[in-house]
Amino acid sequence: MQWLWDNLDLVVGLSLEHIQLSALPIVIGFIACIPLGWVAHRFRLTRAIQLTLFGILFTIPSLALFVTLPSVLGTKILNPINVVVALAIYAVAIMVRGAADAFDAVPGDVTRSATAVGFSAVSRFWTVEFPLAGPVLLANLRVVSVTTVSLLSVGALVGNGGLGYLFINGYQRDFPTEVMIGIVFTLVIAIVFDQILVGLGRILMPWSRTMASADRAARRAGGSA
Amino acid sequence: MIEFHGVTKEFADGTLAVDDFDLVIPSRKTTVLVGSSGCGKTTLLRMINRMVDPTSGFVDIDGEDIAQLEPVKLRRRIGYVMQNSGLLPHRKVIDNVATVPLLEGVPKREAHARALELLDTVGLDRSLANRYPSQLSGGQQQRVGVARGLAVDPNILLMDEPFGAVDPIVRADLQQELIRLQQELGKTVVFVTHDIDEAFLLGDQVVILEIGAHIAQKGTPAEILANPANDFVANFIGSGRGKRRLTVDASVTSSGDDLVLVDGAGYAAGVVDAPRGVIARPDSGSKSRSISNKTDQAGDA
Ligand SMILES: Nc1ncnc2c1ncn2[C@@H]1O[C@H](COP(=O)(O)OP(=O)(O)OP(=O)(O)O)[C@@H](O)[C@H]1O
Ligand SMILES: [Mg+2]
Repeated sequence: MQWLWDNLDLVVGLSLEHIQLSALPIVIGFIACIPLGWVAHRFRLTRAIQLTLFGILFTIPSLALFVTLPSVLGTKILNPINVVVALAIYAVAIMVRGAADAFDAVPGDVTRSATAVGFSAVSRFWTVEFPLAGPVLLANLRVVSVTTVSLLSVGALVGNGGLGYLFINGYQRDFPTEVMIGIVFTLVIAIVFDQILVGLGRILMPWSRTMASADRAARRAGGSA
Repeated sequence: MIEFHGVTKEFADGTLAVDDFDLVIPSRKTTVLVGSSGCGKTTLLRMINRMVDPTSGFVDIDGEDIAQLEPVKLRRRIGYVMQNSGLLPHRKVIDNVATVPLLEGVPKREAHARALELLDTVGLDRSLANRYPSQLSGGQQQRVGVARGLAVDPNILLMDEPFGAVDPIVRADLQQELIRLQQELGKTVVFVTHDIDEAFLLGDQVVILEIGAHIAQKGTPAEILANPANDFVANFIGSGRGKRRLTVDASVTSSGDDLVLVDGAGYAAGVVDAPRGVIARPDSGSKSRSISNKTDQAGDA
């Protein structure tokens, strides 16, 4: 504990870096997976291609990606962009399938009736399909969020790993307290991110809870009948 | 007035859903398309708002070929009500009703005020306005669907088995409500159902369809009941099974001035007024009461 108070500046600094470097790929991954997921939902053929491609990307070891990206992007090895891009690729790789599933889950009746009453394709996407895909998108986003926060630590090996630095440093100095502090702070960040996402979901999709409870009620009624 | 001229629809997979279909749907009347599953009713309905475009032939609304109209604009001036309501589950009832006016850029306050009036029109309590559709019963959801269909005060209202998924009592209620509404509003209603009783109850014109949307017979309910065009129609409307040919069952003594009627199979089907044991004949000239009533009130304006 004494170590934490003595090094509070360092830990807080690393935490802020951790938050920044993991939030960016989560946001980028989420934005990128929406058009990708929608295309995969609409067209069978590209779906197969996309899922295979991102499946392969996901199998590349993270460290390998961190060290090869500089030559691909033309950046310096210590540039934080490398880590952000690498984690964004993983985020998309995880989310593309989930996003396709999310759009698949939007009831066809609802989109058809939206078309029937006169939504244009664009307004139908933004005001009907996208929000209704929301609950499944959110579920996937939560997985990505936790994964990204923990995966970022590996970036410490190329100088941009936020709290991951404490793992390397603590290991090299054979000082478990430092490693423990790193783990606890990483965990706290992951939980806070998750709670923020859950909260955003509640605010932006107040209807999804009433629907879920209606579903449960229907299932109960069906089950007892 | 909606006119189908030699309309054919062949889907990409080769299904011939509609085969050379001609029909005139008069304004301000209810036309019911009735037929068994897969005969092309929904396809016909969707050709009126260009959800489906004909492979050949054309559809006119008031003499204008709708192929020339922008689909989104066309749909916004035609009400559409479907089975399972098709309401947006993520919007409150009031926003669902106001959907199209809001799309058209009507200010929110105004659109909501009108939506509340429409809830009155379809017999829903205003306190439901802030619920989500999943918090309503099936019958209530259908009423919201009807309110949404009426929100832009369209001349044409398309209804695809709107009461198909509710229980018989609620359905009877909704049917009466629609009859009342139609007397007030006088829309051009095109109503799809596979229930012949519903067709006869609601339709000024009833069109009985066979597979491929071939017209087996069209006419007023009375015309069809009196003269089924062929065995298919007779069977479909139940007269073939003796269901609609009712006779007095003399073996049952009823308490008042009623006589019990039985159908061809001997099942009790209803009662008829018979003061002192004599069935009253209506004055010659007046047709069946329910039908002439409807036509009078919905007459061309
Ligand atoms: N998008 C489509 N692609 C291919 N075939 C279709 C499509 N839509 C409808 N069909 C076919 O066209 C025929 C008519 O379908 P339609 O939905 O119009 O029938 P319906 O009379 O409304 O039936 P129901 O009473 O079951 O609703 C059916 O054989 C159906 O399988
Ligand atoms: Mg149908």
